[in-house]
Amino acid sequence: MNARAMEILVGTFMLLFFAAMVILAMKVSNLASLTGGDGYKVVAYFENIGGLKPRAPVSASGVRVGQVSDIEYDPETFQAKVTLSINNEYSEFPIDTTAGIYTAGLLGEQYIGLDPGGDIDFLVDGDEVEFTQSALVLERLIGRVLVNQ
Amino acid sequence: MLNAIQSLGAKTLSAVATLGRAHAFLLQTLIGMPAAIARFSLVIQQLYASGVKTLSIILVSGLFVGMVLALQGYNTLVQFGAEESLGVVVALTLVRELGPVVTGLLFAGRAGSALTAEIGLMKSTEQLSGLEMMAIDPYQRIFAPRLLAGFLALPMLAAMFSAVGVLGGHLVAVELLGVDVGAYWSQMQSAVSFQADVVNGLIKGVVFGLVVTWIAIFEGADCIPTPEGVASATTRTVVKSSLAVLGLDFLLTAVMFSV
Amino acid sequence: MSDTQSTLVKIRDLHFSRGPKAIFKGLSVDIPRGKVTTILGPSGTGKTTLLKLIGGQEKPSQGRIEVDGLHVAGLSRRDLFDLRKRIGMLFQSGALLTDLSVFDNVAFPLREHTKLPETLIHKLVLMRLHSVGLRGARDLMPAELSGGMARRAALARALVMDPMMIMYDEPFTGQDPISMGVLLELIHTVNKALGLTSLIVSHDLAESLSISDFVVVISEGKVVESGTPEALRNSQSAWVQQFLNGEPDGPVPFQLEAPDYASDLASSKERLDA
Repeated sequence: MNARAMEILVGTFMLLFFAAMVILAMKVSNLASLTGGDGYKVVAYFENIGGLKPRAPVSASGVRVGQVSDIEYDPETFQAKVTLSINNEYSEFPIDTTAGIYTAGLLGEQYIGLDPGGDIDFLVDGDEVEFTQSALVLERLIGRVLVNQ
Repeated sequence: MLNAIQSLGAKTLSAVATLGRAHAFLLQTLIGMPAAIARFSLVIQQLYASGVKTLSIILVSGLFVGMVLALQGYNTLVQFGAEESLGVVVALTLVRELGPVVTGLLFAGRAGSALTAEIGLMKSTEQLSGLEMMAIDPYQRIFAPRLLAGFLALPMLAAMFSAVGVLGGHLVAVELLGVDVGAYWSQMQSAVSFQADVVNGLIKGVVFGLVVTWIAIFEGADCIPTPEGVASATTRTVVKSSLAVLGLDFLLTAVMFSV
Repeated sequence: MSDTQSTLVKIRDLHFSRGPKAIFKGLSVDIPRGKVTTILGPSGTGKTTLLKLIGGQEKPSQGRIEVDGLHVAGLSRRDLFDLRKRIGMLFQSGALLTDLSVFDNVAFPLREHTKLPETLIHKLVLMRLHSVGLRGARDLMPAELSGGMARRAALARALVMDPMMIMYDEPFTGQDPISMGVLLELIHTVNKALGLTSLIVSHDLAESLSISDFVVVISEGKVVESGTPEALRNSQSAWVQQFLNGEPDGPVPFQLEAPDYASDLASSKERLDA
């Protein structure tokens, strides 16, 4: 094996590694959507977010339109403050849109669904989604059923 | 009874002595590292020997492991109507665990054993002594380039293993089982974090690469310089480095992924 | 001072042990400059270890080894490596690097230690290969060489750095008569033509005596006899005579130390009965 052939093979090896890293970064993980950054941010307050996690999808009518970029607890309102990052191409959500926390499948991950309202003004960067619907927490649901009986 | 205790004591002492020699060996090799980096062509040769030559087994294994993961995952997930999450299961299992671990085990078997045999042979044919008598430091010339190459090659191979595995999962999930292609990839993307999962998987690969190569080179340099000695050192390399990979994987997982 | 002029290697009161086994117990030897000196001794007397001690690969537990006036065990790593560049060593197996061709093996020390241009290296290597008769084998790999050819190639490699001394570790073991003759001739010529000091360790008597200027016989970690080959043949020592004549029994007993034969047999019977 001469040095040149060896160097070519090692070079090919490096290229394959870079290709693998591109697949892992862009297709498998969320690096692409993180670095994208071309979204506008709106906040929503929830009584209870259940098991919602950062990077959970934000969808409207089942179509993914953005993701949860940040979750924190607001000590003044005693609520969870969720920041949503919505892609710029979906810029026409009315300001009376409702944000709800839902679960995909029975045991699936939780996501935020947006139900557009009827206002003629649209949400812009920094706005707050006023109508929210908290996550269904199983214990509370059972409790409510028991009380109603 | 007393004999049993004595032999236990003797084994413990010899194990401690071996561990001490192994660490002194690693230190010497690291001291020789700058000289090895300065002559990078030596490292390239070793990247060829331990990386390129291990590539085919890694790619084939990765493809099959990904396909099996998709098959098994589908059977479980479909009971909960959650087969859309198949991509998540396949990708997280590969990127966090199976990528680095299976690559580590295969690397120990393929490249690690070859390294031990090569260096053991160099020792038993007096090539290492010969280098020293020619005023050439085997730590700089022989050990350091091999350690560096293993340290670089294993995480790279692990990344390729995971990438090929995810593609294999795609083949089975989407083409064979009919999972929605959009769901496979988009759920995966939203659940797999680059920093938390991909980078941690690479860190595991780096650690395994260092440890497996260290064990392999040390066993070769520490072997009894006879054909039997080299053969048993090769076996020890595979056993010790496989155990080290599995044990370290538990430790690293506990540190990285526990909340 | 004249002592260091005529003596290249000076060993004084050397003690060395590997584990519990004492290999040298107060060895003192002088290797004269420019001569062929042979260290003879039965297998297992640590002859190879002695070469490693001279080369600084092992450190004596007591005593002193001086090579060209330098105290080997006290040298810094850098100075030791500088000293080793001036010493060639021929290992029993040749110790050629298996992944390099004969040419590259001989060129190896030059490429590692010097910045000579490749054209000059090419010439130097061919000259050395020619002097050992292996110019035609330059492209062969070490695995394709016979044992004798491997040793000749290794000799070319040891000579390529123009050393002041060459140490030969058992150069005659396992050689057919022709390669034996070639090696003897080479060692002799190299010593005479280049004015090198040659140090041979061996248990091959006839061959060693035939080319040596000076012979040292060691056993049990000490010098038993030393002098010219002639003086050795006339030695009064029973041990030396047994060694020279290859007698199976004598000062070195045929039977290893063991309990009394009859009582040993009896006790094994008891053991079976129990």
